[in-house]
Amino acid sequence: MATYAAPIPQVSAHKVDREQRGFISWLTTTDHKKIGIMYMVTTFIFFIMGGTEALMMRLQLGEPENTLIAPRVYNELFTMHGTTMIFLFVVPMMAGLANYFLPLMIGARDMAFPRLNALSYWLLLAGGLVFYASIFWGPPEAGWVSYPPLSEIAFSPSGGQDAWIFLIHLTGISSILGAMNFYATIANMRCRGMSWGRLPLFVWTILVYSVLIIFAMPVIAGAVTMLLTDRHFGTHFFDPAMGGSALLWQNLFWFFGHPEVYIMVLPGFGIVSEILPVFAKKPIFGYKAIAASSVAIAFLGFLVWAHHMFTTPTPIVVLIFVMLSSFLIAVPTGVKIFNWIGTLWEGSIEFKTPLLFSAGFIALFLIGGISGVFLAVFPVDWQLNESYFVVAHIHFVLMGGAVFTIFAAIYYWFPKITGRMLNETLGKASFWVMFWGFLATFLIQHVIGLDGMPRRVYEYANVGNLGLYNLISTVGAFILGFGILLTIINVARSVKHGAIAGPDPWKANTLEWFTTSPPPVNNFDVIPRVRSAEPLKDYRLEIEKATAPRVPVPAGSGADSESGHLGA
Amino acid sequence: MALIASPAALAVAILLAFAPSAFGFFTPQSGGSPNADSIDTLYKIVLYIALFVFVVVEGALGYALYKFRARRGRVAKQTHGNTRLEIAWTGAAVAIVVVLAVITFIKLGSIINPVNSDPSGAKLVGQTGVFFASAEKRLPPDHKALEIEVIGKQFVWQYVYPGAINKDGLGAPYTYEQMVVPTHTTVLLKAISEDVVHSWWIPELGGKIQVIPGRPNYTWFKIDKPGIYRGQCANICGRGHARMIASVRAIPPAQFEAWLARQKRWLAEANAEAAKMRANLESKKGPASVLNP
Repeated sequence: MATYAAPIPQVSAHKVDREQRGFISWLTTTDHKKIGIMYMVTTFIFFIMGGTEALMMRLQLGEPENTLIAPRVYNELFTMHGTTMIFLFVVPMMAGLANYFLPLMIGARDMAFPRLNALSYWLLLAGGLVFYASIFWGPPEAGWVSYPPLSEIAFSPSGGQDAWIFLIHLTGISSILGAMNFYATIANMRCRGMSWGRLPLFVWTILVYSVLIIFAMPVIAGAVTMLLTDRHFGTHFFDPAMGGSALLWQNLFWFFGHPEVYIMVLPGFGIVSEILPVFAKKPIFGYKAIAASSVAIAFLGFLVWAHHMFTTPTPIVVLIFVMLSSFLIAVPTGVKIFNWIGTLWEGSIEFKTPLLFSAGFIALFLIGGISGVFLAVFPVDWQLNESYFVVAHIHFVLMGGAVFTIFAAIYYWFPKITGRMLNETLGKASFWVMFWGFLATFLIQHVIGLDGMPRRVYEYANVGNLGLYNLISTVGAFILGFGILLTIINVARSVKHGAIAGPDPWKANTLEWFTTSPPPVNNFDVIPRVRSAEPLKDYRLEIEKATAPRVPVPAGSGADSESGHLGA
Repeated sequence: MALIASPAALAVAILLAFAPSAFGFFTPQSGGSPNADSIDTLYKIVLYIALFVFVVVEGALGYALYKFRARRGRVAKQTHGNTRLEIAWTGAAVAIVVVLAVITFIKLGSIINPVNSDPSGAKLVGQTGVFFASAEKRLPPDHKALEIEVIGKQFVWQYVYPGAINKDGLGAPYTYEQMVVPTHTTVLLKAISEDVVHSWWIPELGGKIQVIPGRPNYTWFKIDKPGIYRGQCANICGRGHARMIASVRAIPPAQFEAWLARQKRWLAEANAEAAKMRANLESKKGPASVLNP
């Protein structure tokens, strides 16, 4: 059999480029890991800016009829805060995590289109810079939803609104290119044996995230282009006086806006689905149900946009349809939560920081999901819509949901990215401070909304207990900010001084832990053949089997044989 | 780990503590109008179902985290799923959603359909002529209501009452910021914006309606208790958004009719005065002329 010679590789190189180092290597890189790091660092800086804007708003609202911040500045702050957190933090942060880990998790050596990948990042940065440059001439003031006519030139003459439009365009193109890249990578570059049924759940959610972006982003891109031409080139798409429709914007915006919510939280679902099995020492409970529910949520996510428009002049029959489709989304979301609890059930749960953030996420996201059901009942929504109840709801979903999973991901994957562990004590302290700070900030906001305080107001009269409730929320916000600061300190310290992690500090299940920490430029020299959704666990068991000394089993101890090698 | 379970327990404790005396802590405002009361009832039913789900799921999460924490000798059970269980909890989620939908349909009529005015209600109802019911605009069974037009503009609310003096429909009495209405009378609001998107919201009188340019929106209320009901614009409409306040003052029908008559008289007097001044100005010749200065 082995009589013929092995083929000789025919490789000839005319020139080998010297490896770039330092600053230039970051500017010119097409390595998915470096791009991923740039994404994560950039978006985290935007997160800090958006958080600072939030704290300034909370300071203003800390007491009734406060005059600390002028109305114009307050409107600029909430517009910048919402836009930053959504377009410059959560969505691109998920893209950053996917950039770094998706190729590693599917056993690929890079993304399908590395240079396109670099372009995605630079477009994102350009969008952020254009947007933040507006602080030199007047930032936008119309809220992150920018409803016309308020966002039209007659009511928002400042160029800040145009900066907002260009931010949507640039980050939108960035997201669409990134999504196409993720899709192509997942579809074509999985290693041997990684069938769809063995794809890590984080990769599943990135696949769905990509599809959502490809369908939803062009709609908002079209809408902001119409707004741009309305503002500067004499069209009247959103001007009812000239035959346009102000309601058209709301339909287009929310057709994008609601899938956008799932674009932000689905990858978080994926992160949690990766972390829980590792720290519960159990396989994920109901792999197929979790993967399928992501797809179901994505599909239903396109049918519910009008639940953001329950108070508009819309026929009741439409409202009923949207209410029912919104109810339906609760089912796959509930299935996910049950499956996560099922994963913890009968496990052996190690309370490391990534698990704390994941469990905290489930606890908080559930509250956001439940308040979402209130908002889906449209007559009830008529009372809650545009009030602080909605502010509380979106923060439970996006902060308690997406942001807590991002922090879980930071603690879980930091060792892989840097080769060093984050400090556990500081991490746990950060979690508990964030968790209680979050609840103090946002739980009370439900009540503030029920008591009749609308959102996006720079001042309020001290009716009832509104002053006290808002003070609680403001104090909570600063506690939350302190918790986040602890993680920033932790990262800054551990990057240089953390304990050395080794390739697989958590005894995890997926392929990224097979390579060194940090991984080499080519990711893997060899890739183990994938035989299940948990290739690394299979690999560990194989090694254990091959190296474990044979222990003679005494008669009558059959019950021990299941865990025989563990006792050895 | 006990700390994880405690937020759930704490939240339930808070709710229970407030439940009997001040349930209003966690419910929307109501008490001004039947539709607001119906929304409040519907909200409370949803709240009870939500509390049940909250306690069960957060309880299961807290229990799992506490009970199955890593301890010496514990080995995680290597289960991959349980199809029957998963179908069961999917079915349970669907069942809850169906119950919510059914309850909403039961309560819906009392929220969206205006009721008849009481016999003691203002005689003005229905004086505005024929109502055309549309998908959004609903009428009481007797088709009689006092229709008031709400106009939103940066940053003030204007209310136009029926009873135009002029033949072209202009010259109707109007007020700003405070709307005066008769008690025991069904009031239909037709809201339209003159500039940007606003939102009409008096919490005790029912839910919001978005007030947008180019397309009227409708809601209704019927107040039995005289008093002042306050609210404010709920949709960001510019720098003065927080100051765009609104109030509804409900007074007995007889007083309302007197009030409206007084408004009309004042308006007529002011118009007459203005006409006189205009005639005076127009009659001026030479440098004082307003027509050809």
